[in-house]
Amino acid sequence: MSKDNQRWLFGSGLFWGSLISSSAWADSKLNLTQGVTAISREVYDLHMFALYICTAIGVIVFGAMFWSIAFHRKSKGAKPADFHESTKIEILWTAIPIVILIGMAVPATSTLIEMEDNDNSDVTIQVTGSQWKWHYKYFDQDIEFYSVLSTPREQYENHNGSFTGNDFEKGQNYLLEVDKPLVIPANKKVRFLLTSDDVIHSWWVPAFAVKQDANPGFINEAWTKVDKPGIYRGQCAELCGKDHGFMPVVVEVKSEEDYDIWINEQHALTAQAAEAEQASLNTSMSKEELMQLGETTYMAHCAACHQPTGLGLPPVFPALKDSEFTTTGSIEAHIDVVVNGRANTGMQGYGKQLSLKEIAAVVTYERNAWGNDSGDIVQSADVKAASGE
Amino acid sequence: MTTDTINESLADEHHGDSHDHKMTGIKRWLYTTNHKDIGTLYLWFSFIMLLTGGALAMVIRAELFQPGLQIVEPDFFNQLTTTHGLIMVFGAIMPAFTGFANWMLPMMIGAPDMALPRMNNWSFWILPFAFAILLSSFFMESGAPNFGWTFYAPLSTTYSNGSTAFFVFAVHIMGISSIMGAINIVVTIMNLRAPGMTYMKMPLFVWTFFITAYLLIAVMPVLAGVVTMLLTDTYFGTSFFDAAGGGDPVMFQHIFWFFGHPEVYIMILPAFGIVSTIIPAFARKKLFGYSSMVYATASIALLSFIVWAHHMFTTGMPLFGELFFMYCTMLIAVPTGVKVFNWVATMWRGSMTFEIPMMFSIAFVILFTIGGFSGLMLALTPVDFQYHDTYFVVAHFHYVLVTGSLFSIYAGAYYWLPKWTGHMYNDSLAKWHFWCSLISVNLLFFPMHFLGLAGMPRRIPDYALQFADFNKWVSIGGFAFGLSQLIFLAVVIKCIKGGEKAPAKPWDGAEGLEWTVASPAPYHTFSTPPKID
Repeated sequence: MSKDNQRWLFGSGLFWGSLISSSAWADSKLNLTQGVTAISREVYDLHMFALYICTAIGVIVFGAMFWSIAFHRKSKGAKPADFHESTKIEILWTAIPIVILIGMAVPATSTLIEMEDNDNSDVTIQVTGSQWKWHYKYFDQDIEFYSVLSTPREQYENHNGSFTGNDFEKGQNYLLEVDKPLVIPANKKVRFLLTSDDVIHSWWVPAFAVKQDANPGFINEAWTKVDKPGIYRGQCAELCGKDHGFMPVVVEVKSEEDYDIWINEQHALTAQAAEAEQASLNTSMSKEELMQLGETTYMAHCAACHQPTGLGLPPVFPALKDSEFTTTGSIEAHIDVVVNGRANTGMQGYGKQLSLKEIAAVVTYERNAWGNDSGDIVQSADVKAASGE
Repeated sequence: MTTDTINESLADEHHGDSHDHKMTGIKRWLYTTNHKDIGTLYLWFSFIMLLTGGALAMVIRAELFQPGLQIVEPDFFNQLTTTHGLIMVFGAIMPAFTGFANWMLPMMIGAPDMALPRMNNWSFWILPFAFAILLSSFFMESGAPNFGWTFYAPLSTTYSNGSTAFFVFAVHIMGISSIMGAINIVVTIMNLRAPGMTYMKMPLFVWTFFITAYLLIAVMPVLAGVVTMLLTDTYFGTSFFDAAGGGDPVMFQHIFWFFGHPEVYIMILPAFGIVSTIIPAFARKKLFGYSSMVYATASIALLSFIVWAHHMFTTGMPLFGELFFMYCTMLIAVPTGVKVFNWVATMWRGSMTFEIPMMFSIAFVILFTIGGFSGLMLALTPVDFQYHDTYFVVAHFHYVLVTGSLFSIYAGAYYWLPKWTGHMYNDSLAKWHFWCSLISVNLLFFPMHFLGLAGMPRRIPDYALQFADFNKWVSIGGFAFGLSQLIFLAVVIKCIKGGEKAPAKPWDGAEGLEWTVASPAPYHTFSTPPKID
């Protein structure tokens, strides 16, 4: 065995050996999930089938090559043969791959046809992506809500340049947790209608083998039928801007009874919220209360772009600190932008996402925080008046 | 005009140039119309871009070393991934191949120079400006492009950070450069072959560049079109990709990938040519199935035009579209398989030695094939729904582009360095370069398969905790691979400065006209065309 060969073996042995012994194998998943739907299991089987075929071809081809490398070498006195053409062999190794490919295409086609059959669903949910959250709307139920990353900022922001980690321990579902998960019933065909408010997003839950783009201005379809209640996590899969890595998808699959209970709860909550909204019109909050609520609301919904410091990330996300708009500018215009957003910019409308009280608070906060000293106080009734609702 | 007279007139012009006033210093490089000088410029430029793009990648890997945001902001992270991709595709791989074309094509077909020497000068010299424009945006308020190298609308239009114009103009210039380079290759091969060199007698290297050049001419205008539409959507109120104005964001992806998929083969067909030159040389046996290699290359090129939408299975295509693009994509495995089988058959019962060019070529065959396997898996639409936009895809295209294209470039560089410099490279340094690269590149890219299968999306600056272990490995591999490339720089500089004197033909099994001239190749070669039987 030549020196080169020994090094080759040593090198690859070192690599594979260390990879196999690594603790990574123990606590990380290495393979595609089998998932919890009939489709996801078919997809998994197809994946394994393809993997085995590739491995087999690899063993044969690389086997022949390494055989040749080991025995047909000049240092062993091998004399070169002079064949360099054979139509028969060329036809053979064109035909065999075609047969193998047909063998792969058949199951792939049948699975794909099943996946694309969106008919006869029991529940329909509209999924709307926006920078950087998901909105879920249940058809025929009058239930809709936003689903936003709930991992606290302190857990992922660690800009002190240290590699030793920060003081905030990361939770088990770090970056894969939301304030309000999508809830769907088990054993029912649930259809998703996907679209987007701004850029292209992609809604992905690996356990369902569902990944579908949410395109602005168009509606895509996908469906799933989950046979096991539980909580399933995924992420946005299409680059959608700054916080693409921070818009997880969480789906809670409930048994049919629990799902019905949940639906009723949601209806009750919606009614309560409407009442609170009405009540807030007749109450005035103190500046302290507004500033406090404003700060929490701002941190949850505004700080990702305009930053906790109010300095923004110009030129895309303007500063609110010392800006004319938030100090001397008109309160009505300010409310209007918060409620309705600004067309063709990253500023989305928050009228659907926040209560009147929260909007009032956040406008008050923006006009009085970070040294902005307009002194303006905005109440729920002002928001209602200004937004013309 | 006959081939002979063109050859003579070109040779005359050059003789006039060089003997009387061959420029020195910077002017030699600025004004040069010599294919060897321009080839050298392309190769150095691409290596500088490789190190630049690599440096960006190392910042990316440093950020991904552990969970949490440590060193860069998410927006800057997106700028890094975007420019890394653009630089590696348009700045490192493509110019490197154009460099090979310039240096080797005329010498392989027995021509005195490229057919259009002045255009050749221009096609190189606009490139540094393109990348200066692109990279200058890093130093502006807006920042560099942050919408991914695939620049999907409307993230790159309505929602872009203001860098779109810089990006568009940079891409336009790169495109013009590529088209000029490609036209030059086509015209040279069609007109300047030595008498007796019929098409089916051309070295396979020449064939692959010939076909690649046609691909470039076909798809670069499509890229230019799509970036222009992007420009007008962003700044002049058109709505090509905006549903509110009657456009369609998915149409962007169709146009982009109609360019983008042939582009993938633009970056791999020349690699096939290089490897098909080197393996027979060190197996001391003729390339197995020369004509089937030519047909396979042409088939891959033709198929590349009807598979683009396999990048878009999740965009909501109709079932029929998904099936069509799945079948066509799977079909590509056939000619690609033929190539791999032919390389193995070439080695079979040869008399092999394992110099560095051969080592890189063997590594190419294995690792490119691994990339091909994952490509076949990605072709299966139902499973692609799981793989799409995850690290599995990142692993796939880095296997074909780094251990594929880049390794073939290294193989070619080591193979022809003696011809270029007149010296043999330092063998032990070269071995260090090879082994360090081989081990680290696998540590870098192989675990990415697992990350993708476990569910890690690409283009994210921070990730869930279950991905932490592999990301650490990947980052270590990344740093090691990046630093290993500096060894290559040392090899090349040492080789230029001196070393063992190279004979005209340093590899005893090598074939081709380039080995009939002295090493280093004289400034002008084949002023009189050789006769081919």
